[in-house]
Amino acid sequence: MTVLQPEAALTVQGWGGGLLEVVRRRFLLSLLVRKELRVRYRASVLGLGWSYVKPAVQFLVYLVGMGLILQQRAIGNYPVYLFGGLVVVTTFSEAVGNASRSVVANADLVKKIYLPRELFPVASICVAVVHLAPQVVVLLAGSLLSGWRPDPVGMAALVAGLALVLLLALGLGLLLGAVNVLFRDVENVVDLVLMVLIWVSPVLYPWQRVAAVFGEGSIWLAIYQLNPLTVAVELVHRGTWASGTNAGATPPGLAGQTVAAFGMTVVLIAVGQLVFRRLSGRFAQEL
Amino acid sequence: MSTRPIAVEVDGVTKRFRLRHTHSLKESLVWTVQGRERHNEFTALDDINLTVPQGQTMALLGRNGSGKSTLLKLMAGVMAPDEGRVRLRGRVAGLLEVGAGLHPDLTGRENVFLNASILGMTEADIRARYDDIVDFADIGPFLDTQVRFYSSGMFLRLAFAVAVHTEPDVFLVDEILAVGDEPFRRRCLERIERLSAEGRTLVVVSHDLPLVERLCNRGVVLQQGSVIHDGDVSEAVAHLKAPA
Repeated sequence: MTVLQPEAALTVQGWGGGLLEVVRRRFLLSLLVRKELRVRYRASVLGLGWSYVKPAVQFLVYLVGMGLILQQRAIGNYPVYLFGGLVVVTTFSEAVGNASRSVVANADLVKKIYLPRELFPVASICVAVVHLAPQVVVLLAGSLLSGWRPDPVGMAALVAGLALVLLLALGLGLLLGAVNVLFRDVENVVDLVLMVLIWVSPVLYPWQRVAAVFGEGSIWLAIYQLNPLTVAVELVHRGTWASGTNAGATPPGLAGQTVAAFGMTVVLIAVGQLVFRRLSGRFAQEL
Repeated sequence: MSTRPIAVEVDGVTKRFRLRHTHSLKESLVWTVQGRERHNEFTALDDINLTVPQGQTMALLGRNGSGKSTLLKLMAGVMAPDEGRVRLRGRVAGLLEVGAGLHPDLTGRENVFLNASILGMTEADIRARYDDIVDFADIGPFLDTQVRFYSSGMFLRLAFAVAVHTEPDVFLVDEILAVGDEPFRRRCLERIERLSAEGRTLVVVSHDLPLVERLCNRGVVLQQGSVIHDGDVSEAVAHLKAPA
C-alpha cells in the first residue's frame, strides 16, 4: 500500500541503466532464463538431457573423423584436447546464436511491455551457462581419467577461458541482437560465421599446424592467436589437458594474449551496450 | 487545477513513423530504378503537451488511428518519442494488451511470477500478494496447467489479476476492459476504482464511452495526432459523439 512519495523524481521511462539495470533485476532475469529453458524443451521427453546428447554426438563424430581417420592422434590425449576446444566453441555458438535472435524472438514482450531489453541477450548467455555446466563436469572427469591432475595455474586458466567466452558472447550478443531487429540478415550471417568458427581456432588440430603454414613470427599467426576465441580455447587446453603442461604444448605468450583478449572483450561489451542502447528505442516499432 | 504533484508529463512530444515499403536489396534496387519513393513518413503524434497530476483519472479518446495508443506506448516507455520527452513519477504498469506478458508454455503459477516481475514487483512482493492474485483470477485447479490450455476467459482473468495487484503509481490501460464476462468485469472496475481512490494515477484508452465516463474525470480527445479537446470527461464524450 505504498502510495507514491511526492519527492520521487520525474523520470523518463525506458531509459534504464543498461546492463546495470539487468543486475538490479536479477529475479526477473532468473525467471526469463527458466522460461527460455522451459520453452526450449517443451513436450520433450529427454528435456535438458539433450544438452548432453548433442555435444556427445559432435564429440564422437570428430573423434572418429579427425582422431582415427585423419590420424590427429599425434596429439597426446586427443579426446581431452578435442573436447576442451569443443566445449568453448559450442558454448560460444549457442550463446551468440541465441543472443542474436533474442530480441526478435521476444517481440511480443518488447512491443507491449517495458522491461530492460538487455535482459533478453543476457538471458541467452545464462541459458548457455546452464548447458555449459554439465559439459565442464564431463571435461574434468575425462581429464582426470586420462591422467591429468589439477594445478593452480591450470585452474585459473580454465576459469579465465570460460569467462572470456561468455563475456565475448555477451558483447557480440548485445551488438548483433540489436542490429538483427533492423536487419534480419544478421541471423543468417551469424549462422554462417559460426559454421566456420571451429576451424579458425585450435580445436581439431594443434596451433603448431597453423604456425607451420604461416611461419613462426608471421603477422597472420599473430592475428590467428589474438582471436579471443583462440585464446579461450588455449586457456581451456592449459587448464584441463594433461599434455598442456609439457614444453611447447601451450603457445608462447599466452599470458599476454589473454590480457589482450580480455581488453578486446571489454571494448566489445562497451560498444555492444552503446549500440543496443541507441537502437533499443526503435525496437518496438521495427518488430 | 491543483497543487498535486505531476505524475505524467508529456512535453512537446512528436512521434513519426517511417513506413518502409522495402526491406530487401533487390526490391530497393528495383524501386530506385523505377524512381518510386522507398519510404514515407507519417506523423502519429504532433507536438503533444499534457500533464497529469497525481491521482487523476484521464481518458484518451479519439477515432482509430488518432494516436492514442501510440501516446500510451510512449508513456509506458515501450517506444521513444522523436522529439520532446515523456516523464513519469513512480512505478508504472502498462497494460497495453491483455496477457502481453503471459507465456503459453508456462503454467499459471509460473506466469504470475514472470508477469508480476516484468511489471516491476520484487520477489518478496509477489510472494506476499500471490494468494490475492490467485483468488482474484479465480482459476483454482488450473494453476499448474500450461496457460496454452486455458480458455480465453481464464487467460484474461489471470492477466488482469496480476496487473491490478502490482499496485502501480501510474496505471496505463489500453482497451482491456472490453472483454471478460459481466461479474469479472465488475470486479475489475471495482478494483480500478479502488486503485484510483488510493490516489494512483490512471490513464485509459478506450472506445467504450459509458465506461470511460464512469471511470475517468478528465477526457482528452485526439485527432490525427493533435489534442482537439481537453477537459471534463463528459464534455469530451459529447465532443466525440457530435457528428464530425
